[in-house]
Amino acid sequence: MSRRILGIETSCDETAAAVVEDGQKVLSSVVSSQVEIHGRFGGVVPEVASRAHVEAVLPVVGEALAVAEMEGPDLDAIAVTHGPGLIGALLVGVSAAKALSLAWDVPLLGVNHLEAHLYAAFLEEPDLEMPLVVLLVSGGHTMLIVMDGHLQYRVLGSTLDDAAGEAFDKVARHVGLGYPGGPIIDRLAAQGNRDAIRFPRAMMADGWDFSFSGVKTSVVNHMRHHPDTPVEDLAASFQEAVADVLVTKARRAAAEVGARGICLAGGVAANSRLRERLREGCAADGLRSFLPSREMCTDNAAMVAAVAWHRLAADGPSRLDLGAFPSLPMPDE
Amino acid sequence: MISCESTSVDDTAGIAAAVAELVIDGDLLALVGGLGAGKTAFAREFAGALGVTQRVTSPTFTLANRYEGRLVVNHLDVYRMEGAGESRDLGIDELLDDGVTLIEWADVIMAALPEARLDISFGFGDGDDDRIIRLKPHGTAWEGRSVALADALRRWSRVESEGPPC
Repeated sequence: MSRRILGIETSCDETAAAVVEDGQKVLSSVVSSQVEIHGRFGGVVPEVASRAHVEAVLPVVGEALAVAEMEGPDLDAIAVTHGPGLIGALLVGVSAAKALSLAWDVPLLGVNHLEAHLYAAFLEEPDLEMPLVVLLVSGGHTMLIVMDGHLQYRVLGSTLDDAAGEAFDKVARHVGLGYPGGPIIDRLAAQGNRDAIRFPRAMMADGWDFSFSGVKTSVVNHMRHHPDTPVEDLAASFQEAVADVLVTKARRAAAEVGARGICLAGGVAANSRLRERLREGCAADGLRSFLPSREMCTDNAAMVAAVAWHRLAADGPSRLDLGAFPSLPMPDE
Repeated sequence: MISCESTSVDDTAGIAAAVAELVIDGDLLALVGGLGAGKTAFAREFAGALGVTQRVTSPTFTLANRYEGRLVVNHLDVYRMEGAGESRDLGIDELLDDGVTLIEWADVIMAALPEARLDISFGFGDGDDDRIIRLKPHGTAWEGRSVALADALRRWSRVESEGPPC
């Protein structure tokens, strides 16, 4: 019998709901973005985010059910991101999911946002072979993960300071480009010379951890000394330094663990130069590269419902006293 | 005001450790300075000096991280906040009940912070790795400790010729 799960995602600045059948077939996926609201402030404003989630969450859930042609009580489970993320934002989704679970008498399941990002790939490519190296890069996280099987992970490394996406946002804001920084730098970089400035590649050769604080500071220092640098060259050179470190380490990890392929996940996975570098690198190493569509890289609820199907089978549902955890870690063996 | 000169991460670590020696439960450190000026690096070394073994990363995304060492260390970042009005949601008063609290980009919400605090500002020096770190104790909580603080920082302190007040 097929199981249809409603996913709800409110961990940062997207309010999203989706219905997915058997962890695989997306019946609906609705995302209401707050980018325009936050663009005015140069970043996500937590209290504004929480208020916007409160207004959007029920209409977004209603839309997801309508597109899937379902009624709430017909669902087999309601899955909700309960961490990591902004506490106020998470609580909106968790509270809504609990209320709906109680009202419709449908089991509730709390989902880890990081684990959900990994499952975005399986929605588009169900036969991904493991072991698989996953490079999870977003505004809040930078992680190198080995996936040995479903729900089996080893976190090889993570950032020592800033997340990759955070470096994009902060650099963009520093040179007055606006928010979100990732897409803006990506667009400008296409017209720039990526060899114009040699920014540092921190920790590229050693270990599995990352550091993006240094490249951010290098950009600040470069602009102090050379304020006339064309912003396109700055964007292209900065982006190249970040992509270089990420792809080099992911390829090394794949060789080390004997992975069949490398998969990108998280919002920064939408970056076109990162995608290009990973595709070329995997081709050179005889590996499969998997680059989810941009809709699946950024926050969405289909990935929440997808991982919930696996988690529900393995662990069963959550209790109604489910909490929200801003620093929930990635499950690790 | 005490003005210190750091020419390396090791200097910043020494300054952070000297401050860590003097803090007590309930202290608030307000960190101010531009992008890449060394606020998070200071916070990391400060927490390490207090015996925190967990990795101290940028709190920009989650707003507040909590670490446990010899004292509890609350590490906040209000970079994305709109202003003092929003800081209520951080629950600073509750945080101050437990451990030492560091707030990055504190200038954004300065009006909402208690008077008893240690302001620490980070500025760039001449070289790319040089930083000027200025410390200014406020309120009775620091009255008895400001001499000890100046003593502990003597190694790095410099005579301020000009520049903006802390």
